[in-house]
Amino acid sequence: MIDPVALFLMLLTASTPILFAALGELVAERAGVLNLGVEGMMITGALAGFAAAYHSGNPVLGFAAAALAGALIALPFAVLTQFLLSNQVASGLALTLFGLGLAALFGKPMEGVKAPTMAPGPLGLHWIVWLGLLMVPLIWWFLNRSRAGLILRGVGENHDAAHALGYDVRRVRIAAIAFGGAMAGIGGAFISVATVLQWTEGMTAGAGWIALAIVVFSNWTAPGVLAGAWLFGGVTVLQLRLQAAGVRVPVQLLSMAPYLATIVVLVAISARQKFSRRAGSTAPGSLGQDFHALR
Amino acid sequence: MPCARRAGTNREASMNRRNLIASVAAMTTISLALPSWAQDEPLKVGFIYVGPVSDGGWTYQHDQGRLAVEQEFGDRVETTYLENVPEGVDAERALTQLALAGNDVIYATSFGYMDAVINVAAKFPDVKFEHNTGYKRADNVGTYDGRFYEGRAVTGTIAGRMTKSNKIGYIATFPIPEVIQGINSAYIHARKVNPDVEMRVVWAYSWFDPAKEADAANALMAEGVDVILQHTNSTAPLAQLQKAGKIGFGQASDMASFAPTPRVSSVYNNWGAHYVKSVGRILDGTWKPEAIWGGIGDGIVAIGEITEAVPAEVKAEAEALRDKIAAGEYHPFTGPLNKADGSVWLAEGQTATDEDLSGMNFYVEGITAELPQ
Repeated sequence: MIDPVALFLMLLTASTPILFAALGELVAERAGVLNLGVEGMMITGALAGFAAAYHSGNPVLGFAAAALAGALIALPFAVLTQFLLSNQVASGLALTLFGLGLAALFGKPMEGVKAPTMAPGPLGLHWIVWLGLLMVPLIWWFLNRSRAGLILRGVGENHDAAHALGYDVRRVRIAAIAFGGAMAGIGGAFISVATVLQWTEGMTAGAGWIALAIVVFSNWTAPGVLAGAWLFGGVTVLQLRLQAAGVRVPVQLLSMAPYLATIVVLVAISARQKFSRRAGSTAPGSLGQDFHALR
Repeated sequence: MPCARRAGTNREASMNRRNLIASVAAMTTISLALPSWAQDEPLKVGFIYVGPVSDGGWTYQHDQGRLAVEQEFGDRVETTYLENVPEGVDAERALTQLALAGNDVIYATSFGYMDAVINVAAKFPDVKFEHNTGYKRADNVGTYDGRFYEGRAVTGTIAGRMTKSNKIGYIATFPIPEVIQGINSAYIHARKVNPDVEMRVVWAYSWFDPAKEADAANALMAEGVDVILQHTNSTAPLAQLQKAGKIGFGQASDMASFAPTPRVSSVYNNWGAHYVKSVGRILDGTWKPEAIWGGIGDGIVAIGEITEAVPAEVKAEAEALRDKIAAGEYHPFTGPLNKADGSVWLAEGQTATDEDLSGMNFYVEGITAELPQ
């Protein structure tokens, strides 16, 4: 029968790309920015990371380049939404389309070559898997225990109040957007540099959209993001393992499960809000809203 | 993915708008000139691809076929292609665009273009269409496809000989006849050389999803599988096999960058063999709408080089099987064969008919997994 430990190790690897992307998006959303460009930033990171790893022969440099490229491609989005006050939903979608097209164009010379591999870390897992796991408590600590995190949350909850207190809303948000881009870039590069070892157009195959769903599922908390990534990654791995073991399994139902769970979580949150005095949803108060300093 | 395709299509479309203007201008010139001039015009050949040329698999092989046509006929043909065309409404637009641009023949290279091809072909009776893997035909619409199961018989033989754990795996795409033929053919021939062999099947429900294919390969290996055949088109499973020191086969294209191991051989689509023949018939005026289903013998299905990772006697055995199939001396589905439920499918010496194969919806006896319906 299926070895639960082996299954769990596979789950850790399978959930890593969406964990990175969702953690980055979590920070951006906690700063009040809804960035639907995750998929575009991931594919950019996947290409930049692959190209850098291939040319330098060093996967670590690849991941660094992926983070940089993810942050850079997010900058036009930051300019559009923070300075020109354009709609965040439309700008984010544009970022996704832009990233996919740009990566396809610049990816042409990278086709058909193989990435260098690196020695695995403890338990045979890639070092980036461990880095992802480490990022969860770090981001939790940053958001909930650090002064900078408090400011970031303040900007996300009520940008007018944060502005009145003298904080630079725009600067905080641009930093959060860049961080989200860097994390998405690393997540994308994990697919090209650590898993597939080749570059192909469209290789992130919708992982960025799953990351967006995970942030909602997590109720905007870092441990929640980890749970969500494991749920989505776990269901994928589990259904493949069950099939490989020859167990009769309704694949479509299992694939649906994480999305159903997201809906259940949303309903539970709003029910808690309605029937108890405790605040339910921790969706940032200024999420998706433009900020324009009048004074 | 849909977004990627749209972006790609637009990029190509803008290029073709230029072509369109040019070709309208060209057509005006032709109609004003003497009719004999028209014969010196090159034959315009259009292709629409479902994926990027860069996919290293399905679309890449079609584009290799396009290049083979250019090489064969040189100045007598002029080829264009639109890549990343989504199946559905967009396909109809892309096909119309190619027809308006003056293409004399259009090859539509994905199953999902079927209805779009039929609709557009009705509007352009003078343009010839060929639809890959479909079954709907008209006066100006032919179909062509490959007998991929012939290739699977060869790789299945190698898999049966090479497995040490007696467990081979198959990463399948969708439960459609073409894929089921592949699974059955691979299993039948693996069992023929290794009666203890077990077949594990994982359905990825995708033709191309590198991350999922990698997970599928790992899931199979975790079950003790040490040889994997894949129907999906990315190299991700081979990358996983390489890490684990196990072996597999290239699919759709040769995937030679993973040779000599983990890729010990491959089944790839050599569409050029068909395109050259088809364009040749159009040029000499003998083309007619046909249902072409070509195999190893026709050159459409090719077996990639069997590497030195395979013992010489196994290689010789596989190549002998390949040559027998190519010569038409052996059909991969030859009885006695039972269905998975134990009922008789083919009696001793009986071979499967094309109708049987094109509707195949069952596993053969010995595959214990459940076939999703």
